[in-house]
Amino acid sequence: MTEQKKIREPLFRLVKRTNQSAWLPWVVRIVTVLSSFVLIGILTWIAYGVNPLNVYGYMLTGAFGTKFKIMRLLRDLAILLLFALAVTPAFKMKFWNIGAEGQVLMGAFCCMVCIFYLGGKIPNGLLLLVSLIAALLGGAIWAVIPALFKAKWNTNETLFTLMMNYVAIQIILYAIKIWAPSGTGILTPSDFGHLPKIGGDNFWFSIIVALVMTALMFTYLRYTKHGYEITVVGESENTARYIGINVKKVIIRTLIVSGIICGITGFLLVAGINHTVSSTTAGGRGFTAILVSWLAKFNPIGMIFTSLLVVFLSKGMDEVMTMNGVTNSFFSQVVTGVAFLMIIGCEFFINYKIIFRSRSEKSAVAPVQEAGAAEGSDETPALADTTPPEEAPQTPAEDVAASDDAAKEE
Amino acid sequence: MKKILTIILVIAILASFAAVFAACSGSDEFKVGIICLHDESSTYDNNFIQAAKDAAKELGLKDSQVIIKTGIDEDTACYETAKELAEMGCKMIFADSFGHEKYMIQAAKEYTDVQFCHATGTKAHTEKLANYHNAFASIYEGRYLAGVAAGMKLNEMIAAGTITAEQAKMGYVGAYTYAEVISGYTSFYLGAKSICPSVTMEVQFTGSWFDIALEKAAAENLMSRNCVLISQHADSMGAPSACELAGVPNVSYNGSTIKACPNTFIVASRINWVPYFKLIMKAAQDGTAIPTDYTGTIADGSVVLTDVNTTAAAAGTADKIAEVKAKLMDGTINVFDTNTFTVTIVPPSGAEGDFGTNTSATVDANKKLTSYIADVDDLGDYIGETEVVADGAFKESKFRSAPYFDIKIDGITLLNSKM
Repeated sequence: MTEQKKIREPLFRLVKRTNQSAWLPWVVRIVTVLSSFVLIGILTWIAYGVNPLNVYGYMLTGAFGTKFKIMRLLRDLAILLLFALAVTPAFKMKFWNIGAEGQVLMGAFCCMVCIFYLGGKIPNGLLLLVSLIAALLGGAIWAVIPALFKAKWNTNETLFTLMMNYVAIQIILYAIKIWAPSGTGILTPSDFGHLPKIGGDNFWFSIIVALVMTALMFTYLRYTKHGYEITVVGESENTARYIGINVKKVIIRTLIVSGIICGITGFLLVAGINHTVSSTTAGGRGFTAILVSWLAKFNPIGMIFTSLLVVFLSKGMDEVMTMNGVTNSFFSQVVTGVAFLMIIGCEFFINYKIIFRSRSEKSAVAPVQEAGAAEGSDETPALADTTPPEEAPQTPAEDVAASDDAAKEE
Repeated sequence: MKKILTIILVIAILASFAAVFAACSGSDEFKVGIICLHDESSTYDNNFIQAAKDAAKELGLKDSQVIIKTGIDEDTACYETAKELAEMGCKMIFADSFGHEKYMIQAAKEYTDVQFCHATGTKAHTEKLANYHNAFASIYEGRYLAGVAAGMKLNEMIAAGTITAEQAKMGYVGAYTYAEVISGYTSFYLGAKSICPSVTMEVQFTGSWFDIALEKAAAENLMSRNCVLISQHADSMGAPSACELAGVPNVSYNGSTIKACPNTFIVASRINWVPYFKLIMKAAQDGTAIPTDYTGTIADGSVVLTDVNTTAAAAGTADKIAEVKAKLMDGTINVFDTNTFTVTIVPPSGAEGDFGTNTSATVDANKKLTSYIADVDDLGDYIGETEVVADGAFKESKFRSAPYFDIKIDGITLLNSKM
């Protein structure tokens, strides 16, 4: 009796799914997305008494109601996509770059510096070229600093890139105080350094750039040697070293790529869209981009759809709230958060199943085998890291050692 | 089973979308659009939101006729939102933040049959567009009255022996060192001085319109410097709550803070936008003209004071405010009467970055202001061009609605400067 108590298994355990069909995860994903929309409808109905059908109607009209709204949605999608493309190679390499916000801000800032000081003094074409180069440099430098520290001294890149965001914000605030002495913290938009408008508005330029960059990034990650090196470094640094990849070089090079894309994004935001810069120019998209990138499993084509989902939800909920006279953003943020939680949660349950403790004594053995069989599968390693194998509860010490070994091998 | 369920769900949702789309075809009813920088959790924006709703209600407009867009940044988002509202059929579009101006003008040029109104802006009188208008209110009158309440409290403290007349020093937490704030604290000071002649004031700026921690810290610093009464021109509860904690009387802004500060809140002034919203909504509906540069006053109800909190205020404050208010309305009192304050001019020292103080002003032998050239036409040059002193007073909000009083008068010490 006492022995049995000692080896009592936990109430439930997580076990990696194996041998599942290719279509089932997609059914689960689609059902999850649809049910998250159903949930949004129900929550809005409960909170504000809006007919759920009207909620979907407003979401659609808010996102696609007029040609202008469609174009704006596509432009916003393009910008978010560029942010996501920028973080992707680093994340794929397991370099947790949460500094896209600051890198884009620095790109935007450097672009604005050129426009502010050179605007009207040199031809527009030249000004745009100079600002683009400055933006690329700004973004790249802001990204490569944490990379150098990581490569040289193995500093924590998550904290480093995060802190660099705040530095970038403060630099911009400081510059605005110098540029706009009127004291309201607003830099009046410049009349110089405007990108040419395609079709009369500022939408197409960003969309085209984003499409080109998506295609390039897809090719870069999938078909080039660089892309392969990124994948290997991401899967296991030791393996990368063993097969002769210079890991430090890959880290630095990849962050330069990230930074350059951020620079392009910053350039588009200033020269193509806002013609001014502020601390909210990036608007938190540097963080949303992580969600976009991760949900698409770092696949640039997939990110088109995940960006669409994010932008659609945001524009849609805006419209739902506006048309119902709600003048705060709390509810729409909560609802959007719940929807994404569901979608992220579904990825977890696609990869893992929960096994509850069974009442009979014999069945305690069965799951152990199952979990053992699941080892070796390499899907979503990040999630796997957070759930160490639990197949041998009787010998905790040995278990820890084993999982440590596994982590090292990875 | 799941597959079938999915298909059923997809069909159900698509069908409902189609049904809703069919029902959502646009109607031609009169609509107005309101663009706000933040949402209702900001006291500044909430003041506009509530006013727009109240004005619409008074005019008999339905909720669906007033479309309020919140959280619109001061960049292209403002232009795009204005465009979206215009496309929805709004006949009048209003924006509430200073940085929205350029984008509103851009939209106004594109949609000439829609009226664009903008609070706190400065460019309507120079842009000369038929459909673009600025608005502000003579809030300096309200602050003057709030200052009267502060003066009454100081006198009470002096009479009770808590402080001497020389110790009557007030503290003021300001956002930025520019005309809107300077005009505000100066009128507050002059109001207090009209009751308590020995009063002095110290001002500390935060460099932000909404920063609870900074405003709280500024108020605490002022209190540690022996300021016996605090007022503020920033939008958070930082300063009022610091006052309540320390038991120091507070004159508030934007609305009553009596719930959070029952023992220290005296009175608050605020701009009431209802008269202006009624004016522009009605004008847009009837197709009549909207003033290019509208200044709401205490007389038309655009500048209001909250009820006086008798727990904290000196006895007779409400009556005194009523008395001074009547004098402001009939013109016997001028807030910026040049006889009530003196100005010290400091020429530039020649050091880099030192532009001197009050160099646009001219004073007589008694340091009374005789002339001031203000930068009314805000063309980005920061150079004054308009004489604004006439008939023994500084004519605030006369040449444009947004304040342009930015003189540093004697008796007020600036502890820092935040541009």
